[in-house]
Amino acid sequence: MMHRRPWWKTVLGVVLTALMLFPVYWMLNVSFTQTGNLRSSPPHLLPLEPTLEGYRAALAQQLPNLGTSLLIGLGCVAMTLVIAAPAAYAMALLHLRGRGTLNFLLLVAQMLPAVVMAMGFYAIYVRMGLLNTVWGLILADSTIAVPFGVLLLAAFMAGLPRELMQASRIDGAGAWTAFTSIVLPLSRNSLITVSLFAFLWAWSDFIFASTLARNSALIPVTLGIYNYIGNNTTQWNAIMATAVIASVPAAFLLIAAQRYVAAGVTAGAVKD
Amino acid sequence: MTTDVADRDDVAHRADRVRTRRRGGLETTQWVALAFAAPLLVYLLGFYVYPLLRSVDLSVHDYTVRAFVQGDAEFVGLSNYREVISSPLFGKAIMNTVVFVGGSLIFQYAIGLALAVFFRSSFRLSGVLRALFLVPWLLPLIVSGSVWAWMMNSESGVVNFLLGIVGVDPINWLTSPDTAMLAVVIANIWLGIPFNLVILYSGLQNIPEDLYEAASLDGAGSGKQFWSITFPLLRPVTAITLLLGLVYTLKVVDIIWVMTTGGPADASTTLAIWSYREAFGTGRPDMSPAAAVGNILIVIALLCGLLYTYVQRRQEES
Repeated sequence: MMHRRPWWKTVLGVVLTALMLFPVYWMLNVSFTQTGNLRSSPPHLLPLEPTLEGYRAALAQQLPNLGTSLLIGLGCVAMTLVIAAPAAYAMALLHLRGRGTLNFLLLVAQMLPAVVMAMGFYAIYVRMGLLNTVWGLILADSTIAVPFGVLLLAAFMAGLPRELMQASRIDGAGAWTAFTSIVLPLSRNSLITVSLFAFLWAWSDFIFASTLARNSALIPVTLGIYNYIGNNTTQWNAIMATAVIASVPAAFLLIAAQRYVAAGVTAGAVKD
Repeated sequence: MTTDVADRDDVAHRADRVRTRRRGGLETTQWVALAFAAPLLVYLLGFYVYPLLRSVDLSVHDYTVRAFVQGDAEFVGLSNYREVISSPLFGKAIMNTVVFVGGSLIFQYAIGLALAVFFRSSFRLSGVLRALFLVPWLLPLIVSGSVWAWMMNSESGVVNFLLGIVGVDPINWLTSPDTAMLAVVIANIWLGIPFNLVILYSGLQNIPEDLYEAASLDGAGSGKQFWSITFPLLRPVTAITLLLGLVYTLKVVDIIWVMTTGGPADASTTLAIWSYREAFGTGRPDMSPAAAVGNILIVIALLCGLLYTYVQRRQEES
């Protein structure tokens, strides 16, 4: 069966994929629809009179939000790598005592509902004046990716050849040199996987944004879309155009970085 | 993955101890390891333990907006929990959570498994198509939620238009209490299919090909092969997939909030939505009961999480 490659399977596969991706197609279709045609019945199934109205409106209003999302995403990547990489190194290669417990705690941390975390952060941020700040949102969003990052990097580093480590002396300076000049370069692919997911999750976050930054001068694009829906229900082409633009990182991941995505899914089996 | 790390470490660790002892008993390596792990430990305390303690603190006080700023909320013990549990919404929210999680998991799993089996034998384009199936999983939830909300719009939605072609009367998907839950479950099934497909597909890769060859030599059809080889051998992967799905579906907020905000008439209010709405969804934040609901949700999630680690450990032992 593996060798015959029956054509009907390809046909069926294409049909199933088309069904699955219909909502994505619809998002694109509506984003190119003229405002006057949005509520026409029957709906326009194909964008035969495409317009960029929606995209113009979206860019005019959402461009600053896209910038904020980008900043938050990059901040979270930095935060995640700085915390996760050394910790993973300690757990996987320096035989940190209690790493079993730490492993377990990280698994549990991933299971905590974001709503509850958001309330805790809210109570803390009110006092510290971090509410409605980009920095506060970066710190909160990083909690989505840090446990995943440590677990994935530790799993990878544990598979590195032991001989590499034994070559260097395990005192403070030796461990640091081994970390920066051997372990980190060898972990390059895993670091990329972790970075990509940290970025994507921070970029996609809505719960922390809508609770910790909703009156902020700088809001991420997810909150922008949400406020958009609340404010004008007529301009769905602009809403969908924003949604399309907000999906660009996902599209990039799929096209340019697919092998890193696959690595993330199978190694971590994690999705918030 | 965990035991693998532990096993290797055990051996290396013993070697380590020998080495440090030779140096004179000072466990230098442990101090070095601790230094590398220190940022994470501080982070866990500051960004997990502290917020969690604060949310417990919220739930045992009576926090008003004023008390929030001044920090003089009255201690009320467990009365927030009593209030929440005796509220008429409690039973409803539990039921809704069960329906939302159960409905989502069953169909995500069944469809994911069917697709995984379908993609198991490679055919022209199978790799590309399988990659395309990941798209819903990578989109921001708020994007998927708003697309589904517009598709299920009563008057202008494409779903009602397509149903109209086959003679079904328009359905008020998001505005009728009878169908709101069904609507969010459908959207959530769509979101969960990619995750189930990927995990189950990689599980299928570990089933030896010769089992199927032997079975077909014995004259077993593809249906029999599925029930006597695929399904039983996939049981460990199934358990992990469903438990992870359970833990992640319990805490879903975004998708329901964007589509229905838990309404109409609380028809799609799960525990997570209830907590979110009390705290942030209305003009008047009511943090204390919200934290009580949230902490009940945490207890449920942790019980499921413990079950997950228990099952995972048993599988790694066998």
